[in-house]
Amino acid sequence: MPRRTPPRRRVTVPQPESPESTAALLRELVAHLRQNRTQLREEWARRITESQLLTAMTREEIFVEATSVYDNYVAVLETGSVEALQAYARDLSERIIPRGVETHEVLGIVLLLRDVLARSLFAKYQADFALLNRVLDAYEPAANRIANTVGVGFVQERERIIRQQQEAIRELSTPVLQVRERLLILPIIGVIDAQRARQLTEQLLRGIRANRAKVVVIDITGVPSVDATVANHLVQTVDASRLMGANVIVTGLSSEIAQTLVTIGVDLGKINAVGDLQGGIEEAERLLGYKVTVVEATSSMQG
Amino acid sequence: MRVPILKQGNYLIASIQSALSDEDLLQLRDDLGTQVGRFRSRGAIVDVTVLDVVDSFAVRTLRTIAHMLRLRGAETVIVGLQPEVAFSMVQLGLTLGEVATALDLEEGLSYLDRGIKRVNSHG
Repeated sequence: MPRRTPPRRRVTVPQPESPESTAALLRELVAHLRQNRTQLREEWARRITESQLLTAMTREEIFVEATSVYDNYVAVLETGSVEALQAYARDLSERIIPRGVETHEVLGIVLLLRDVLARSLFAKYQADFALLNRVLDAYEPAANRIANTVGVGFVQERERIIRQQQEAIRELSTPVLQVRERLLILPIIGVIDAQRARQLTEQLLRGIRANRAKVVVIDITGVPSVDATVANHLVQTVDASRLMGANVIVTGLSSEIAQTLVTIGVDLGKINAVGDLQGGIEEAERLLGYKVTVVEATSSMQG
Repeated sequence: MRVPILKQGNYLIASIQSALSDEDLLQLRDDLGTQVGRFRSRGAIVDVTVLDVVDSFAVRTLRTIAHMLRLRGAETVIVGLQPEVAFSMVQLGLTLGEVATALDLEEGLSYLDRGIKRVNSHG
């Protein structure tokens, strides 16, 4: 079959695959979307409310955001460049994540917009099936790319926030405090994982050297649960401190934790445990030879 | 390099100056064993401040030294373990068992002083 080379045709009667025809269709499409902006945007906002998405936001806010998203959307269809949209998606995510907007909601609204616009295209081109087909060929990849960009932007922003918070938690970590000459306390609050346990131990050992500590009180009142791993970390910390010449007293073991430790059979024989922080500090003072007495008991308190 | 052993009153002080080979450690063990007898020392301090690696052989040798000297009537204290060394030792499960440890030389000396007082008051 001889290969026919088609003469260059006018843009208005394009070949399905040729890029300039796609571009022309997109131009036409953009013009259509601009023309029906108000109506389509309202339709979209209505569908959002109907599907109970973005419930954390008011109707007005939804409408304002919908307008910006709509304009950005059309702009991407027109220029084919997603950079502005990426920036907008980041900015949008930054604003709505703190308000508790979920990933499924963001993806949901973008997909809704895609559907609303597709419907309007159906309505416009339903008379000419072949043309409708070509319009959708041009529209769908661009629309999917937009949905993708917004979704990815949202998730990336979330991950960035999570990373930031993890960093903050690490920073907050645990202070090593000197309460008396040669006596340190280490109040641990929150969940201990392997990384944190390691950091705690290193911090404590440095603290022992820096303060020339002889006794350390580790208070774990604020640790919600202790399992075998955490218990072993504790034992390691105690052993390492002892190698540095410091005695360790562990306080704040609740009855549940004590029971757990006995049940899982952690060897706590080497750990010097005292009920609460006060008792631990008193025991430490005894070890260090301090004697705390009350002077002139109440005269200053009564005044 | 051989570890210098200094006599200080009733105590011996073995001050490690550089990283030690296995032979050096065994030499240290033998030297301390003889010198405790010769000076009739009541205690020995092994200062490991300069060591940034303490392996299982070193730990075992230190333990042996402590047990040996106890049989010869002297208490042993290991002093100056660095935080990093202490941490990696417990992670590797290397323990000094019942051997006493102290932060530095000064602490080690005061530990031995207390121990001697205890013994004297009991006896």
